[in-house]
Amino acid sequence: MCQDFSKIPEIIARHPKSSESLIMILQDIQKEYHYLPPEALTMTAEALDLPLSKLASVSSFYNSFALEPRGKNIVKVCLGTACHIRGAKLIQDQLENKLGITAGQTTEDMEYTLEEVACVGACAMAPVVIVNEKYHGSLNVTRAAKLLKRN
Amino acid sequence: MCIKNSRQLKQVQRDFLNRDKQFTRKALICCGTGCLANGAQTIVDQFEALLKKKRIKGFSVEAVRSTGCHGFCEQGPLVIIEPEDIFYTKVKISQVEEIIDTTIRKGEVIEKLLFTNPVDGQKITHYPDVGFFAHQQRIALRNLGKIAPHDINEYIANDGYTALYKTLHEMKPQDVIDEIKKSRLRGRGGGGFSAGRKWQTCADVESEIRYVICNGDEGDPGAFMDRSILEGDPHAVLEGMIIAAYAVGAHHGYIYVREEYPLAVVHMQKAIEDCRKTGLLGENIFGSGFSFDIRIARGAGAFVCGESSALMKSVAGEVGEPRAKYVRSVVKGLYDQPTVLNNVETFANVPVIIAKGADWYSKIGTPKSTGTKVFSLVGKVRNTGLIEVPMGITLRQIIFDVGGGIIDDRPFKAVQTGGPSGGCLPESMLDLPVDFDTLTDNGSMMGSGGMIVMDDRTCMVDIARYFLEFLVNESCGKCVPCREGLYQLHGMVKQVCEGKATESDLERMEQLSEVIVRGSLCGLGQSGPNPLLSTLRYFKDEYLEHILNKRCPAGVCRDLITYTINDKCTGCTLCARACGDDAITGEKKGLHVIDQDKCTQCGACMAVCNFDAVEVH
Repeated sequence: MCQDFSKIPEIIARHPKSSESLIMILQDIQKEYHYLPPEALTMTAEALDLPLSKLASVSSFYNSFALEPRGKNIVKVCLGTACHIRGAKLIQDQLENKLGITAGQTTEDMEYTLEEVACVGACAMAPVVIVNEKYHGSLNVTRAAKLLKRN
Repeated sequence: MCIKNSRQLKQVQRDFLNRDKQFTRKALICCGTGCLANGAQTIVDQFEALLKKKRIKGFSVEAVRSTGCHGFCEQGPLVIIEPEDIFYTKVKISQVEEIIDTTIRKGEVIEKLLFTNPVDGQKITHYPDVGFFAHQQRIALRNLGKIAPHDINEYIANDGYTALYKTLHEMKPQDVIDEIKKSRLRGRGGGGFSAGRKWQTCADVESEIRYVICNGDEGDPGAFMDRSILEGDPHAVLEGMIIAAYAVGAHHGYIYVREEYPLAVVHMQKAIEDCRKTGLLGENIFGSGFSFDIRIARGAGAFVCGESSALMKSVAGEVGEPRAKYVRSVVKGLYDQPTVLNNVETFANVPVIIAKGADWYSKIGTPKSTGTKVFSLVGKVRNTGLIEVPMGITLRQIIFDVGGGIIDDRPFKAVQTGGPSGGCLPESMLDLPVDFDTLTDNGSMMGSGGMIVMDDRTCMVDIARYFLEFLVNESCGKCVPCREGLYQLHGMVKQVCEGKATESDLERMEQLSEVIVRGSLCGLGQSGPNPLLSTLRYFKDEYLEHILNKRCPAGVCRDLITYTINDKCTGCTLCARACGDDAITGEKKGLHVIDQDKCTQCGACMAVCNFDAVEVH
């Protein structure tokens, strides 16, 4: 797949040139491309004058970085304690069933990626699912299934 | 405009209050994450759209305020009409016009939008009369739900930055530290370490450079107070940080915010920019000669980064692994310089302590745990949300008075406090006063203030397994006892859930726990076995039931339960459609049956059934 990486230098230029900016640069790149393409790591390493090994360790350490391409729609199931005891697992089962993938995977047509997250801090409306940054709270089995249709 | 002296500060206050006087009523719309998810933004938009068409004396678009979180997220979107404090819950976009025409124009109450007290079914008109709010004392959350977080002038109008002015012009740095020490304020992030002593240590280290960092990496699942404060009252945190910086002599600060909190980052960024424009951050703050500036550092989804040394590594753009703390991070922290790291809620308390005095503050709460604490009261409790109560209040008061008791009047089983490092307390502990030391003495901890209420349908073994799974995923892997030990421990608890464990496994689990506690560098490992140990201490019967009788009394552990359909079934077919395994068969309007060979015990049938026809054994 041929990708356009021309936006990466722009993203890097938005931040001060220091290793302090590394995590935020990678986050911004991921926002644009939905994951961190290998080229992005090389370009960031060169721009910040850091060894590529450091980028490899940082990008693989933090949970929020994806090193594989992800789907167009990101569905995050919150598995925080409040969601857990209000049936988050059931919601996750339901979504896994509908999409035919398990958490952490992407559908073959690259439409959906299903992810587990630890806690999104919306505990009062547990269980919560986030579809493309939009929060859906107080879900039940029926409403969870409908979430996927809307996109 | 740059504010240089108290006259100018008072002018900003007066201007804002004078402008406010022209409004006979104001509409406060909660725009915390919870209410936004329930559609609060559409309510705001609808107000604005309708007010373009309608002309109302003493009311206009400027009197509609998007505020921070009230904490009562479950009832959102919330709309409060001032000055009467009329409290509307679950407001729909179609009802906005009625609110404008009836309540704002005529001052009449719309009955159907009022909150119904879950205990006695009575409608409650006024905000302070709702049980959820009535028992609270709000210090850290003082402005939440009352002011627009993006308007620095409104913060100033509510006495904001007067404590900072007092600090910079009337107090020496040591006076500030002494005042905080005298208030006996303890860190709200979990450890409960004295904030004043921390500041003193930092100030006493000889160094050219010092840092102040605000820890907004709220990783404990089930806690969301830091998020609400950062989103709903960012200036309170900034003011606390600037006061701390002046006290210890720091000129650079950072706010570390979780990546999962995008709205908090946006509001904080705006607040920082407004402070810079107003001369409250940057060079020569308030014309005092003191300089300090703050940057935001975003986290990237690592729970361990809530630990001080790991957080500082992460701020520097490194992998967030904790280090051994023979030398504390307050002495050798970010870039090896002395660093004060306090939690969001701790900083939010500081301006009030300076403004009202340590004597006032230390009278609240208990002698050893002064002040108030914010808890996120969630789980199987009626009123879920964010509450701030004085320390020393009992668990029973929190759960039953503020929280309104257990959903569906089911029996209370346990309350989990302190996140993955905390523990579960049983009903016999409900009358314990909630403070730092009492909770720790009883095998749990305060932590950052998550309080998850559980009823008889929560399995305590499953809860232990859940937290261990969380910690296995989040262990950074540096210390072998934590990385491998938690993994093994999780495997052993899982065996209990599957009915494959023996009684002697319980002893082995306790032994392994001790190795993990003693052999780990940071709090994640040191307190990791806590959820297991506390459930084993108070709910051993439940473990034995799984082991000896292969039964999960709560009906949660999938390998030990079966679902059946009783004769209450009306044949509505809802369960058959919800079943992902095609295990349910039956005619429409006829009794349905579950094929146990196909059933995976997911519980979807039970969740959708409206007739209590699905049973679990």
